[in-house]
Order: sequence, then C-alpha cells, then structure tokens
Amino acid sequence: MKRFAELYTTLDQTTKTGEKIAALAMYFRQASPEDAAWAVYFLCGRKIRQLVPTKLLREWSAERAGIEGWLFDECYEVVGDLAETMTLILPPAESAEDLPLNQWLTERLLPLRTTDVEQKRAVVEQAWAELDEATRFVFHKIITGSFRVGVSRGLVVRGLAQASGIEADVLSHRLMGDWEPTAVLFANWVNPDTHDAGISRPYPFFLAHPLETEPTELGAPQDWQAEWKWDGIRAQLIRREGQTFIWSRGEDLTTDRFPELIELAAQLPDGVVLDGEIVGYRDGEILPFAAMQRRIGRKQLGKKILSDVPVALIAFDLLELEGVDCRQQSLTERQTQLEQVIAGTLLGKPAVAPDHGFLLSSAHRFASWEELAALRQTSREQHAEGLMLKRLSSPYRVGRPRGDWWKWKIEPYTVDAVLIYAQRGHGKRASLYTDYTFAVWDDGKLVPFAKAYSGLTDAEIAKVDRYVRQHTLEKFGPVRSVTPELVFELAFENISESNRHKSGVAVRFPRIARWREDLKIEDADSLETIRAMIRAQPQAAGTA
Amino acid sequence: MTKLLRTTECGLYCPQGDFYVDPWRAVPRAVVTHAHSDHARWGSESYLAAREGEGIFRLRLGHETNFDFVEYGEVRTINGVRVSLHPAGHMTGAAQVRIEYQGEVCVVSGDYKLEADPTCRAFEPVKCHTFVTESTFGLPIYRWTPGAEIFAEINAWWRSNQEQGKASLLYGYTVGKAQRLLAGIDSSIGPIFGHGAIINACEAYRACDVKLPEVQRVMSVEKGFDWSRTLVIAPPSANGTPWMRRFGRLSTGMASGWMRVRGIRRRKAVDRGFVLSDHVDWSSMLTAIHETGAETVWVTHGYVSQVVEHLKKIGLQAAALATQFGTEEDDDVGVEGDEVAT
Repeated sequence: MKRFAELYTTLDQTTKTGEKIAALAMYFRQASPEDAAWAVYFLCGRKIRQLVPTKLLREWSAERAGIEGWLFDECYEVVGDLAETMTLILPPAESAEDLPLNQWLTERLLPLRTTDVEQKRAVVEQAWAELDEATRFVFHKIITGSFRVGVSRGLVVRGLAQASGIEADVLSHRLMGDWEPTAVLFANWVNPDTHDAGISRPYPFFLAHPLETEPTELGAPQDWQAEWKWDGIRAQLIRREGQTFIWSRGEDLTTDRFPELIELAAQLPDGVVLDGEIVGYRDGEILPFAAMQRRIGRKQLGKKILSDVPVALIAFDLLELEGVDCRQQSLTERQTQLEQVIAGTLLGKPAVAPDHGFLLSSAHRFASWEELAALRQTSREQHAEGLMLKRLSSPYRVGRPRGDWWKWKIEPYTVDAVLIYAQRGHGKRASLYTDYTFAVWDDGKLVPFAKAYSGLTDAEIAKVDRYVRQHTLEKFGPVRSVTPELVFELAFENISESNRHKSGVAVRFPRIARWREDLKIEDADSLETIRAMIRAQPQAAGTA
Repeated sequence: MTKLLRTTECGLYCPQGDFYVDPWRAVPRAVVTHAHSDHARWGSESYLAAREGEGIFRLRLGHETNFDFVEYGEVRTINGVRVSLHPAGHMTGAAQVRIEYQGEVCVVSGDYKLEADPTCRAFEPVKCHTFVTESTFGLPIYRWTPGAEIFAEINAWWRSNQEQGKASLLYGYTVGKAQRLLAGIDSSIGPIFGHGAIINACEAYRACDVKLPEVQRVMSVEKGFDWSRTLVIAPPSANGTPWMRRFGRLSTGMASGWMRVRGIRRRKAVDRGFVLSDHVDWSSMLTAIHETGAETVWVTHGYVSQVVEHLKKIGLQAAALATQFGTEEDDDVGVEGDEVAT
C-alpha cells in the first residue's frame, strides 16, 4: 500500500497534468494487476462503504495518541479533515510492514463489514502500528469512504493508456459501468484482444464547455443548431438484450429511480443507447428542478411522489443503434435516427406515445446569431437554463473537448446580501473562514437567506477572514456571527418558494459574484425583492 | 499568581524592577528575548539582550540604539530584581528571561524550541515558579520530525531538481529560518543564492560568529545565467511575484511548521512543504513546561485557550496572557488562531 500512498502524494503535490499522467503510468507499469485494479477503483472516485464508524475512529485514535476528546475536536477544527487529523496526532508507526493494496482490501478491510467492534479495532490498531504517515493518511481516507485526489477519470485513463499502449477512448469505455476490482478485470482492460462490452455498459459522456466568447466567433450559423439546455439529470438510457439500464452522469446506475422510464423503455428496440436529460414532467409541462430534487432526496419512491413528480427523458442523442456504436456519425445523422427510434418507426415497432415520458429535444436552426440571442432571452419562460450549441457535423466525442458543443447559459439572478455568519472551510481552506451565510432585509431585520462558499479570490478570502476574526459577535460551535457590514453580490440560477428555509425561499447554485465594497448594508436587497423575482417567473413551460 | 509580572498597555511589565519584557511600545527600559520584530521593537531608551545575537540586534534596531549585552547566565540586578538571560534555542541570540525577586522566580521564554540548531545555543530548562510559554504550535497535530531527516528531504529535493534541470527556490523567513536552512543543507550539492534581504541578515549572522556557507546575491549575476543547478533562498513573500520569473524552470519549497497541515501547504501553492520550525511542537512544549517545575504557566500567542485548558487538566495553574506577539512563521502562511498581531 506504500506505493499507492506514494502515488497519492505525488499526485497531491503537483498541479501539472503531464506530471500526474507520468506518475500514474509509472504506477500502473510497476503495480501488480490486483493492486492496479484497486488503484483505478479509488482514483476514479469509487468508494467502499464506510467500514468503521467515524465516532469510533475518533475515540480510538485519541486514545492511542493520549489526548482527550475535546482536544481531538480542537485539532479537527484546525485541520478540517478527519483522516488527516487522525494521521497527525497518532504516534509514529512501530514496524515497517508493507502489505499490498489489494491484500489490505480483500484480506483485512472488506471482511470488517461483518465483524464485531473488537475485530474492527484490532485491524485499525494494526494499521496504525504498521503504516507510515503518508500511507496512514490514505488508509484513513479509504476506511472512511472519503478518498479523493486531484485526478479526473480522464487523467487515470491517459495514465493507463501510456502504461498499456491501449487507446484512451477504448480504455475510457472499458472503465465505465459497474465492475469489481480484480486482477482478471485489469487484465481485460489492458488486453488489446478483449472485446466484451457488458450489456449494461454506458458510453463516456460528451460534455459541453461554457461559451466564453461571442457566438459569432463560432462561424457560420448554418453549421450549427441550438437546443434548450434543461436543468435536470443528464443520463444515458440503455436498452440491450431485453433489459434497460439508466446511468447518470456521475456514472451511477440509477435504473431503479425511474420506474416510469423503465416501463416505456420496454417498447424500444434492442441495442439502443439514448443520451438525454431526465426532468420532472407533468401535464405537458417541465417542472422546476426543485421538484426533481425532492424526488431524488427520497429513499423510497412512494405513490405520492411518483404522481407529484413524474419524470420524462428529453432525448437529444443516439449513441448506439441495432447494437452498433454510432458515435462517429454526424450529429444530424444521429438525430435523424433518434427521431425514428423515438417514433418507433425504424424497426417497425409500435410508436411510443408522445408526451408521455420520452420526448425529443427540439433542434433550432437559425439564420443569424442575433436571432439565436433573442431566443436565448426566452430561456426562463421555457424553464431552461439557456441554450446548447452543437455543430451539425460533430461526432459524439468523449469528455469535455472544446469546439463542437457549447453551453450558452442565461445570466444568473443576482441579489446584494449582507455577510452575517462565517464558518471555517475544509481541505485547502481549512482554518480560514470561507463558508458564509448571507442575509437580506425583511421588515427592518436581516434574515439569513443563502449560504455560499465560492467566488472570492484568495486575497479577498484573506481579507474577509481577517474581518471575521476582528468582528466576531458570538461563537456557536464552529460558526461565528459577525457585525453586519460587508455586502456581496450573490448570483444564483434559480429561485423558488420553500417551507424548509427560514426565509421562505430556496436558491439554486448560489455563489459570490463579487464583493460590493461600494455598498453599505442599507443598500442590500430585501426579501420582498426576492419574492418578486419568484412571482415574475413564468409559470408554464411547454416543451417546445 | 505572581506579582512579579503583569500586562500593561506597553507590554509585559515587572513593577519591582521597573522594566518591560518585549514591550510593544517605546519604554525606558526593555529586556528583549530575541531579534524578531514583534519582540524587539523600535524606540525604547535601552535594551538588555543576549551577547550571542549582538550583530542581529544591531541590524534590526540600529547601531545607535542603547544596548546592554550580557552573556547567557550573567546576572544584572535592576532595582533589586535579579535578571539573567538563558538560551531559548529559537534563533541566534534568543533568550529566556529569568526574573528573581525575594526568592520568587519567573521565566519568560519568548519563542523557543528544544531541537538542536547549529545557529544557536540549545534551549536550557530553567527552574521557576511561573513560566510564560508561547503556544504557536500548541496542538497535538504538531509533531516535528528530527531536523536531520528534514534536511535529508531538502537535499534530495534539490538534487532531484538538478536532474530535471530545475532551479530550487526555497522559502524561509528572512532572519532565523533562512540561516538555519543555510547552516543545515549540504552546500556541496551546488551553488547557493539568496534574496537581498537574506544576504543582509546573513552578514549580521556572520558578525555573530555563525558559520554559513557562501551565498551569492541573486541580483549579482548577468542576464541569461543558468539557474538550473542552484538553490535560491528567499522570503515567503517573494512567492508568486515577478521576481521569481528570472529562474526559468523551477520547483518551489517552503520551510515552516505550518507545512505540517495539508490544507495550509496547498493554499501556499508551493511544490513542496518542509516541516521545519523554530518553535516547540506539542510534546516538546509539555516537556519544557514540566522541566521548569513551574506551578503556574502563562500562555501567549498561538492556541492559547487549548493549551490553557490542557494544562489545567494536568493539574497546573494556567492562564491566558494577552500579548501582541505574532510569530515570524505567521508571516509565512497567514495568521492562525484568534489573536491577530498588529
């Protein structure tokens, strides 16, 4: 496991892509297939369920370090990371055993799922006796289910490609789907002859970059089409060998969350993969994302939530037809066939009822960029976040390459609000006050209405941090209330009424747009202004 | 509680002797623990300080200042109060101030560390009734690795950068940390350069008979100079400035106790953090306190409330002492804790 921890340290120490890929490739060349499979598992962000309750880990590590619980908590507040806090307080290791990563997992850790507390403790204490600090940190991250490091799946694939000589696109596809890390599996990944696509396996998503320039720089309007950008759950729906699978963009298999889509998918021909956005959809109208969020939050999908928030898939691309990967065809060709699949005509199947679960994303053609800009201005009336721009000739690519797909979102809502509470951040921002609660005026009082964590520069964060320390009114655990004085412009994507929030409103994706040092707290907005924004929202939204 | 010391708006004051220890305003008579600017401040009429650090005190406070330099252990009687200075191990000329009056003894440690440092005399425990300790790194997460291991890491980093054709830019506080780095690294690896501020401090150190390897001024070379084999020592504030562009391909490192915490290390955006501090870590702080035999401990700058609470739990009388001391290492990374040095 030491080698894996060294890889972690190297990846953690550099921000340079080339160095990360080189470190990954070096690891994959040297590691056994068993270890490499587990390494890919963790590096791609998969997690094993937490094996030992956090509370016990805190207790045991504090005991081993000879400190009391309150002092542990003080340390944790400064470090901002449980795995690191335990690493730092524990006394140095006594031996230098180095069991391979896969054996740590299969022989010692995974069996803990079914063992009693005494045995769990024995394994944890053994780790503390054997592992050096760097390895111990990684060990803590693994057993608490919080392992992450600054590499994307794409980088892991490139490292693996460099080590194995297999093309990145092929590897990227092989790594998708549901798999358990084993030596055989790793051998299959890097074996050029293997061609076994599991029937549930999705394709890597093609993601769009935000448009940073004027659209006129994209060239001739006739080479492009626009589609509404819906705020839902990006998903692939796979129909193979009589079975249906739904994968969300986080690459979770979410099939069981959408029973109504499964039912409809039975009418699709075999060997079809659709890409689209799953949205709440009732009586011919797209529901706000807040409704969808309510449904996602449920562990059990009861009758009520299913009838309150039924879903639809707005399909916009076709990745596989009759069992054959069609991603290299042009967008126009793919969408023509997509229409036929949805209409149920291509393979002579009965038509899927329109307006009932499967919808087609409409492609807008336009003569000028001005015309498109005008269309974009009507996004909110559609309950859309803006537009997607897609080049007609583009293949369905892998990852987030620039050039063929762009998202052109509408300007966010903004509100001027007052900083009233601050809390220390985590990770890179540990020990700095970076997590803020903002308030707006209501009847002469400031009421909290949104939290935001990002949007300031490091220099601004340092300044606000100093302000917080010097203007603390009260401390409630880790939270400080501060003298209301600083005003910030907050931006957010959407706004809705909420009975779960004190202010009665909920906002989506709030972030700090800028620090309004020019404003006094009297200049901040009021709750009434925000309520007016909700009232101004268009109620209905057809699907165009 | 001792009556030998109390806090005033000018700083820590001994009424019987009518003198201040590390005052933050100008006073008639100051006793100073070391030459960092938050402890040895301008403007007082006279300063009592350790002879070992003479050159550095003069660099910091000016040659015209009225100094009284004493050897470690040498006793001065001020208005009937016996005052002596004892090695604190923090930097060259750093001292603990021992104050004795009518059989009662207080020791103000200033900043201190227990680990060996070639640029200064090692910390000596002094028996006392009341001990004033710093708490910059007063939490159990701070545990130092022996300096020799850290220097091995730094040497290996420098060599590896050379192999990759990169200059090594190492940040450390101008006075104290930079010289400890210079005295500890393997100067046979390659040429060593320094930022102008550090070169000046090195001259003051040499005036104190501290042996340092040759350090060339960064500004002394011609344009187009090949930096790829060099080690450059610079103040942390140089990070991210146009000054560092001249070195071409480079790797940056920072030596500070704060580098122990990953979040802070990442926030500083340096390639490597080396955990090297001139302050006590948690366990050596407790060792030092224990060895003084003190029944009462006053805690200054750092994790004050946490250390006070812990000391009370282990049976000592402990109290927070509000001071305006900062820590030179704070300048490295941004102030931690709740007190803000002004």
